[in-house]
Amino acid sequence: MNSPQDSPLQAPPLSAGQTTPESRVLRLVRILLPVAVLAMGIAAWELVVRLNELPPYVLPAPSAVFRTLIADWPVLSQSLLTTLVTTLEGFVAAALGGVGLALLFNQSKWLEYSLFPYAVILQVTPVIAIAPLLLIYLPQQTAVIVCAWIVGFFPVLSNTTLGLNSVDRNLAGLFSLYGASRLQTLFYLKLPAALPYILGGLRIAGGLSLIGAVVAEIAAGSAGAGSGLAYRIAESGYRLNIPRMFAALLLLSAAGIVIYGLLALTSHLVLRRWHESALGKEN
Amino acid sequence: MAGPAALSETDSGSAGLAVSLRGVTKVYDRGVSALGPFDLDVCKGEFVSLLGPSGCGKSTALRLIARLSAPTSGTVRVSRPAVEVSGGHSIGFVFQEPTLMPWTSVRENVRLPLKIAHVAAADANARIDRALAQMGLAEFADAYPRELSGGMKMRVSLARALVTDPDILLMDEPFAALDEITRFRLNNDLLALWRNLRKTVIFVTHSVFESVYLSQRVVVMTSRPGRLSAEIQIDAPEPRGEEFRTSAEYAGYCRKVSNALIPSYAGQPGA
Repeated sequence: MNSPQDSPLQAPPLSAGQTTPESRVLRLVRILLPVAVLAMGIAAWELVVRLNELPPYVLPAPSAVFRTLIADWPVLSQSLLTTLVTTLEGFVAAALGGVGLALLFNQSKWLEYSLFPYAVILQVTPVIAIAPLLLIYLPQQTAVIVCAWIVGFFPVLSNTTLGLNSVDRNLAGLFSLYGASRLQTLFYLKLPAALPYILGGLRIAGGLSLIGAVVAEIAAGSAGAGSGLAYRIAESGYRLNIPRMFAALLLLSAAGIVIYGLLALTSHLVLRRWHESALGKEN
Repeated sequence: MAGPAALSETDSGSAGLAVSLRGVTKVYDRGVSALGPFDLDVCKGEFVSLLGPSGCGKSTALRLIARLSAPTSGTVRVSRPAVEVSGGHSIGFVFQEPTLMPWTSVRENVRLPLKIAHVAAADANARIDRALAQMGLAEFADAYPRELSGGMKMRVSLARALVTDPDILLMDEPFAALDEITRFRLNNDLLALWRNLRKTVIFVTHSVFESVYLSQRVVVMTSRPGRLSAEIQIDAPEPRGEEFRTSAEYAGYCRKVSNALIPSYAGQPGA
């Protein structure tokens, strides 16, 4: 713990971001170390390719991947955009569906008992196995979004349910003492109390939505109508355009990192004034 | 909630009663008998402490009075306020923990009962300011609960209970988790509040010293299932202060209450 003084008697808000010199050094090290590892990995990879004179269709050098990334940017950026839009649509559907279903379950035990097992079944059945079926019955664009939704909604559902059930018993008693209606209890008590859990669920769902979108694109890839990044990877594979495969993969990873980062940032900004998860580091 | 009928003002003979429990028992689902049969009368404006060993049903009695749970048998009667004020609520409850909403400011925490009752903003703000001032919290209105000490959180909890201007204040070991100095200070503030506002206070505690210091009457309960074991009137002069806390009279009352409490612990290991 790097909390030098924890003086709860001093009520004025603690100024955020107060850090000791050691903690600043530690933070720098935590950023620099993985960057150094990355740089060494790339250098080693480049060296291996050059020394062994490996042809690009066996293993392209990082420099070749980078050149492809720039040269093919018009195609790749278009694909990136397609995949991101699909992911976003799947994510929004997962968020709305997950939170909405959890709220319904919370209001009616009967509904929860009737439907929850199917939510679990949907979750444990590998989406890669469901995707081809969805592609048969649904228009391709819809099928891809449905795939992203299927993998994304369950963490939101289960986390929101957990959050709604984790309300402080005495606070709930207070609400009933003052005669709060169901809706008041929901909006003033249950939803705010569940917010940290919901945001945690969304953080998982963001990454999963991307996976769902990619899986569906790959499944649809052989049908040929797709144009997302995963489709580019499949297509480049058929054409033995390995550098482009790597470039597309790089973009997919970057997209995943950005999505996770954005959701983590949102979570931090929303919770920073009150929740332990957002306070831990600076206090 | 379709609870037992409230005492009406015309209910002569008991017109001075704020709370009346008759043959109340509470058996929990697991078959644990927590309370009773238990009888208790509390007059309007009276300060009564319920004192007893842990798990003797003191808190259960309080929850029954607040209608947070229903008695297994017996009747719980609570007087209605003479005049119904919008956003007024006849009972204020202070829990053992501050029980604040961590996601919002002190002011919004205190606003909660009024918000639930749909009190107009201008009226609500005036009342919140008054409640915050009463508890000495005016400058902490925009702080978040986590930024406050345990004692300050308890003050917020009290301010929230007072904001509806209740006739009856139910307090469930509110200061048990605080350090002694803070507890003494809150004891004094609570007494001052009680003198000024003349609320009925039912105060649950397991501290002999606290119960004698605060109350006009100490109700000693037996161990589970909690029953009335003894009642001790504390006829010390008002206003009480630090002189009373160090007086021989106070020590005498404490001894008396302690002795009354001994049978409650009989047969308990480690007693």
